[in-house]
Amino acid sequence: MTTQTTSARPGFVWALPAAVFFALFAIVPLIMVAVLSFMSWDGISPPEFVGTDNWSRLADDPVMLNSVWLTLLLTALGVALQTPLSILLGVWAAGHQRNRAVLSVIYFIPLLLSATAVSVLWRALLDPNFGIPADATWLFGDGNLFGEQATAIGVLAFVSTWQFTPFHTLIYQGAARAVPQVLYQAAEVDGAGRYRQFFHITLPQLRTAMITSMILMIVGGLTTFETVLILTQGGPGTDTTISAYYMYDKAFKSFDYGTGSAIALALVVAATVVSLIVVRVSGYDKMRSSMEGVS
Amino acid sequence: MRRRPNYLAGAGSFVWLLLVGLPLYVLLAATLRTRQDYADNGPVSIPDSFTLDNYTGAFDSGFGRYFLNTLVVTACVVGLVLLLVPPLAYAIVRSRGRVTSAVFRLFLLGLAIPAQAVIVPMFYLISEAGLYDNLLGVILPTTAFCLPMSALILSGAMRDISPELFEAMTMDGATPRRMFFQLVVPLSRGGLSTIVVFSALQAWNGFLFPLVLTQSDATKVVTLGLYNFQTEHGIDIPGLLGAVVLSMVPVLLVYLFARRALVQGLMGVGGK
Repeated sequence: MTTQTTSARPGFVWALPAAVFFALFAIVPLIMVAVLSFMSWDGISPPEFVGTDNWSRLADDPVMLNSVWLTLLLTALGVALQTPLSILLGVWAAGHQRNRAVLSVIYFIPLLLSATAVSVLWRALLDPNFGIPADATWLFGDGNLFGEQATAIGVLAFVSTWQFTPFHTLIYQGAARAVPQVLYQAAEVDGAGRYRQFFHITLPQLRTAMITSMILMIVGGLTTFETVLILTQGGPGTDTTISAYYMYDKAFKSFDYGTGSAIALALVVAATVVSLIVVRVSGYDKMRSSMEGVS
Repeated sequence: MRRRPNYLAGAGSFVWLLLVGLPLYVLLAATLRTRQDYADNGPVSIPDSFTLDNYTGAFDSGFGRYFLNTLVVTACVVGLVLLLVPPLAYAIVRSRGRVTSAVFRLFLLGLAIPAQAVIVPMFYLISEAGLYDNLLGVILPTTAFCLPMSALILSGAMRDISPELFEAMTMDGATPRRMFFQLVVPLSRGGLSTIVVFSALQAWNGFLFPLVLTQSDATKVVTLGLYNFQTEHGIDIPGLLGAVVLSMVPVLLVYLFARRALVQGLMGVGGK
């Protein structure tokens, strides 16, 4: 008697309510965004088919092109700042220091807060007149951090790093715990020091975690929104207008929902491509098949 | 083998602690100071006044109402997630059908859909359904966007249930339905608490859906309240920060009581 044939198994009906709900509120809108990107719609009169007008206008729009560049720049800055930080913190947190538990309680607080609260907090702390820069002119000069492109982008990258480094630290902490201790014992016998062990054992063993974490950073970077809305409003001028913010601006401020949809669709395509890589690399899709023989 | 303490890493982690801890301290201290003290002496000075006005002020500008709204949204989202996800995860883990496996793939793909991507059509759909400026119009899409991650977390937890237990129950002639209620649900309590915490956090911190799908003060949630407070009273920084602290309190309480569930859930995001 094989186990497979005797088990009573649930049918697809069990998955149906969630699937229908998800289709209704995520998949249908996703299809609609594609359709709307070929339409002109002001939110009042009925949508009108305009072919590729929205797309060709966007392709010539300097603000759009600039927003793509800014989105990529901010994403790259985020990855460059958060990856080394979270690897170091994650590897450290995977150890067994006595003060670790206490520290990690405080560590994760930024991650729990809404992007709104975090942005409002930093907007206040970095206020040119009443914030830290006014107190610490030796560090900040008398410049307004939000008044210049370079510093405004710096602030945006810093705030995202402040909020999300704890999350990536968690990923690396888990991965660092999973490194077989045997490797370190062998290295110790060979007389390899702490730093050699880090570069020759720990770092290579973290490769999968690194890819997963970076991909999540990229998807997160592509879809940053609240931070920009609250900290810089896309400014000065359009100096920090990233694509997600431009989409909001077009659709809900200029009431050009067709163009907004086109930008949104471009974001989806970018995020999907990256996420398909996540699924591949992290093995989410293999999780099921690897358990097939077991259950 | 005794390992020497790693002073460099210890120092690095201490620097990060300062980077996280100091702003949080300044935040808390600022909310207990008068506006005058803060304006005169700046955010990093030693407070020379003490007041709770910044908190009462937040309530005066409507935060009590926003709290209630957020609480309603959060409770409904968590309720819907608990209604929809356990059966889904059960099917994902135990069903052998093609349809279920297609559904699982759909949810995996769903992980990739950012809320910004669907916000324009969502605005259209919610308006057409007559739910614009109605909390239900925020609850439904927020729930939908909690589903993929919750399904992933819970099906991960359900995979850990030993197959022998299913076999034993099958021998007793149990139906899938009975196995679900008597075996799967009790044994995946850990995963269930993780998805509760995870979706509560999502709902509590949600911003984009309320921003676009609501309008009046009567439906305003806490995050929107903060955003509006900033644009309207941006210069009253202690008052604004008082509202920030208030918005964090429930989250921090949940964190204190459910740290393990939350951290595990977040680690799960990394594909561990």
